[in-house]
Amino acid sequence: MTGGLGSIGIGPYLTVSAILLVLGVFGIFLNRKNVIIILMSIELILLSANLNFVAFSSALGDLSGQVFTLFVLTIAAAESAIGLAIVTVYFRNRGSIEVEDITMMKG
Amino acid sequence: MMTQIVFYVFATVLVLSAGTVVSARNPVHSVLFLILAFFNAAGLFLVAGAEFLAMILVIVYVGAVAVLFLFVVMMLDVRFAQMREGLQRYAPFGAAVGLVLLAELALAFSHWQVAQDIGSVPHVVAAPGRTNTAALGDVLYTHYIFLFESCGLVLLVAMIGAIVLTLRERPMGRRQNIDRQHERTVTDTLAMMTVPLGQGVAANGGFRRPEESYYIASVPGSYGVTADPVPQGKPVEGPLKHGADNHGGLAQ
Repeated sequence: MTGGLGSIGIGPYLTVSAILLVLGVFGIFLNRKNVIIILMSIELILLSANLNFVAFSSALGDLSGQVFTLFVLTIAAAESAIGLAIVTVYFRNRGSIEVEDITMMKG
Repeated sequence: MMTQIVFYVFATVLVLSAGTVVSARNPVHSVLFLILAFFNAAGLFLVAGAEFLAMILVIVYVGAVAVLFLFVVMMLDVRFAQMREGLQRYAPFGAAVGLVLLAELALAFSHWQVAQDIGSVPHVVAAPGRTNTAALGDVLYTHYIFLFESCGLVLLVAMIGAIVLTLRERPMGRRQNIDRQHERTVTDTLAMMTVPLGQGVAANGGFRRPEESYYIASVPGSYGVTADPVPQGKPVEGPLKHGADNHGGLAQ
């Protein structure tokens, strides 16, 4: 099971990834007003998913995990670009990016 | 042993910087610590043997996404200090949710075991002697070519979407109405005059602006104040294609 990971094993990787995931979720709850920090927390969560993919891919000697990490990276980049564009437009229209102020679908 | 030391250094810095990302007072610091976290995650990828993904993480995330975050944080004129008012109120709830999630993950991982016959499952393995990048390309361009292409499509849609969302008509700046500019003929702008010998320009009415002004080819409202755009002379009827009283540049 620890094929490509050598002496480290998969446990520490999963632990680091779990801590990253929890930190990301905690960040979403902690910065409930600031959309930009929430987007960064989502990036952290996706990073933890990527870390899991890479760890299992290396442990099993299977390249599919790394391919899917590539796809996750792509989608995450697209997501943050669209998210930041929406934040920019919303700030231009309303002068605020607080989540509690965003109560209308129409911008 | 060396590998373990490197791993734990990367992991420690990664977790610490991720914690700083979510708790920093200044969003710019958050972005910078996010960049540090990405670098350390790339280090973890390297330790796991995924060299290509480590480089991609540095190039795509640090080079593009994090800089985009930095750009937006610095561009928006937000008072971030007042956004942290409810922090003490939200912190216990967030910590509780995080702890519950962590406990669930710990439970799941502690009762988790690998199937005995995992080796008999067909794996996509790298051909012997190939580097990580080459092997990844082998898989990506054969098995996953449709997913790869649709990723390109997603990126295209995201790019167009971001442009469409943020593009706005700027009221300033002088722009041409391309259709109208192409419709103009020489007779619209050029008048042939017979100038008698020995007379200066002053005897012929001075320097003259075009009878039909430049405004005809401008986008309405983009050529400064257009209250009276034809400063002198009466518009000549005849060779003009556009209505002579339409000098404000409004639609025909």
